[in-house]
Amino acid sequence: MTVTTSSNAAEPGLASPAGPAAEGLPGAGATAPGTTAPTAPGGDGTAAHPGTATGASDAPGTVAEAPAPAVRTLTLAKTINESLRRAMREDSRVVLMGEDVGQLGGVFRVTDGLLKEFGPERVMDTPLAESGIVGTAIGLALRGYRPVVEIQFDGFTYPAFDQIVSQLAKMPSRSHGHVKLPVVLRIPFAGGIGSVEHHSESLEAYFAHTPGLKVLTPANHADAYWMLQQAIRSDDPVIFLEPKRRYWDKAELDTTAEPVPMTGARVVTTGTDCTLVAYGPMVKLCLESAAAAAEEGRSLEVVDLRSVSPLDVETVAASVRRTGRLVVVHEANTFVGLGAEIAAAVTERCFYSLEAPVLRVGGYHTPYPPARLEGQYLPNLDRVLDAVDRALAF
Amino acid sequence: MTVDSAAGAPTAPAPHSEGDLVPEDFPSVQPPGGHPDYVQLLTPEGRRVEHPGYSVDLSHDEYRSLYRDMVLTRRFDAEGTALARQGELALWASLAGQEAAQIGSGRALRADDHVFPTYREHGVAWCRGMDPLSLFGLFRGVTHGGWDPKERNFHLYTLVIGAQTLHATGYAMGVAKDGADSAVVAYFGDGATSQGDVAEAFNFASVYNAPVVFFCQNNHYAISESIEHQTRVPLFQRASGYGFPGVRVDGNDVLACLAVTKAALEHARSGGGPVLVEAVTYRMGPHTTTDDPTRYRTSAEEDEWRRKDPIDRYRTWLLDAGLADQAFCDEVDAEAEELARRVRVGVRQMPDPEPTAMFDHVHAEGHALVEEQRAGFVEYHAGFADATPATAAGSGEGR
Repeated sequence: MTVTTSSNAAEPGLASPAGPAAEGLPGAGATAPGTTAPTAPGGDGTAAHPGTATGASDAPGTVAEAPAPAVRTLTLAKTINESLRRAMREDSRVVLMGEDVGQLGGVFRVTDGLLKEFGPERVMDTPLAESGIVGTAIGLALRGYRPVVEIQFDGFTYPAFDQIVSQLAKMPSRSHGHVKLPVVLRIPFAGGIGSVEHHSESLEAYFAHTPGLKVLTPANHADAYWMLQQAIRSDDPVIFLEPKRRYWDKAELDTTAEPVPMTGARVVTTGTDCTLVAYGPMVKLCLESAAAAAEEGRSLEVVDLRSVSPLDVETVAASVRRTGRLVVVHEANTFVGLGAEIAAAVTERCFYSLEAPVLRVGGYHTPYPPARLEGQYLPNLDRVLDAVDRALAF
Repeated sequence: MTVDSAAGAPTAPAPHSEGDLVPEDFPSVQPPGGHPDYVQLLTPEGRRVEHPGYSVDLSHDEYRSLYRDMVLTRRFDAEGTALARQGELALWASLAGQEAAQIGSGRALRADDHVFPTYREHGVAWCRGMDPLSLFGLFRGVTHGGWDPKERNFHLYTLVIGAQTLHATGYAMGVAKDGADSAVVAYFGDGATSQGDVAEAFNFASVYNAPVVFFCQNNHYAISESIEHQTRVPLFQRASGYGFPGVRVDGNDVLACLAVTKAALEHARSGGGPVLVEAVTYRMGPHTTTDDPTRYRTSAEEDEWRRKDPIDRYRTWLLDAGLADQAFCDEVDAEAEELARRVRVGVRQMPDPEPTAMFDHVHAEGHALVEEQRAGFVEYHAGFADATPATAAGSGEGR
């Protein structure tokens, strides 16, 4: 398996597929909810998981007191926490706001310890009102602050829809560029943690469809750390979708590495038979699929989009010109989803290179199902490999 | 965790004790002896009355300038209606009838205060020193805003009802964080009070003790829906449920609006937190030039409100009090005509934007797709033998 990357950054996320891949086939459900369920006990699925994942090892305040080593093994949640801490230390205009981000440290503990270090003026536990949170974040940005908002769960983003798509996205252009809105909305998104309704939604198409927003989703620790740094520094509004089912994955993070760019796709694994395109939580699944396919003698190339908007179609198209086949994998339902956009864009660019129609693996056109059914709804190893089989059959 | 529990609390002062939810340090709503329903300093007949909680003390020039502001605002607003009827504007949202509410509150502001308007605050814009012509671009269709809100501390017009009350509140939260002593005013109408955003703004403002004045112009109608469709309680009373003072003022009385807004701004500036001002007024025209008020209200009602006209009563008082004479009024009328002419000519001469302008400023730091589409747009239109991209896009000459 070859790994190429367009940046100098460490790629800790790439280490993980090797492990599951070795035992990938036997555990066909390696990434299916069944395996993650044990860490996701019943109940409301909110405060329970992070407590087990981050509570014991990362005592708040220790990082602030003793210089941390540059390379550490951290969970993704802790990695994002470190990124926020760094951004707040470097720029006093950065403020965090959201429900439970202060004393609790967020329901996923992503903001753990930040209230203690930065105080309530900069880590703001807000009233329970998503439109209010985003709307006042816009006001704070107009005043010169750089708000980083945590929406508690993907499904709670909808009450803030107007503030996001009509206000946040459009005010800069309405003002002819006089207004800049450096607001980052951090949203734990997508499913696979066995949670209850409104806790597993994939929002990317709504926001990618909206001019004025940038929509990012990291798939590994280095990306999560550096893309968030860039997003907070950016003068543009950014929707930062955090793959919540990966919050408890551990990997090495090097905080002294060269920062990776905020946007642009990356070829994670090269291959010759078919390209798999994914982003966020599905990248790991695609790497596992590539490893499993390799055992059957098939060579898959995996592209991580990293940024959903802007979309780096050229990197995808270049990959398709090499492999001749494309399967897009995402959790969101496929109808009018990102896969449709990628299929159209790739078909336009490399019609004569395609040996098969672009295929999509994603959710069905149903509301996100109850947890006991999400294994049927979500893409898994079998469904990805089946799509690869169909592409190769042409 | 005792430290943390204190640190986790918002920066607002300790909540008021039960039974004392609304701070007592703000002049009360119902004056003993005055108008029973609202604060009033000038009756519809033009007679000065006193109020125990509010007063004004202006120079003669300042009294006269309030009149000038109202007359000029009404005149260029009327020009907006005329231009819409002539097809020069897509529509126009007239403020006719609301001049006192807007000039009174607008003149209470300091330069460092910040205004978040809805789309009808032409009089407030005038008070902020905005060129009236800049307000017409939106209705002409050449921009969705265009001005720099920082230049006059006057935010863009907001068409989604009530959305700006949250921006105002967030801005005010920032003012408080900065330790500045300026205030923020959010303008909205009676219909907006039904919106969730306004309720959320009230609550955020209260919880964070933000220096924001919520200035509601209750003009009695949200397009065709009367105030009875929006609320079962007087709007100013909403404030008490959020723990801050609400006050109702005669919105057709420029002096009362000035006095009440000044007091509210002072309250906010001095750390007292938000205030809700309900200015009871009446929109004399349609909601915009696209609707027909005769379908939803009676001429008797309109006549009744015409008798409460904010400009007429103020002129009567100015003349009676010897603060102005007919010559002054004639002068103002002439100035208003000149302003209307400038608006009329200015709107008709407003150039259409360059077609590629739609690709500008979508993002502060660019976006690959937008740039790709801009390049494609330019290339496509350059392909026409006898057309520049500008004219090929079907703009420019005439309407």
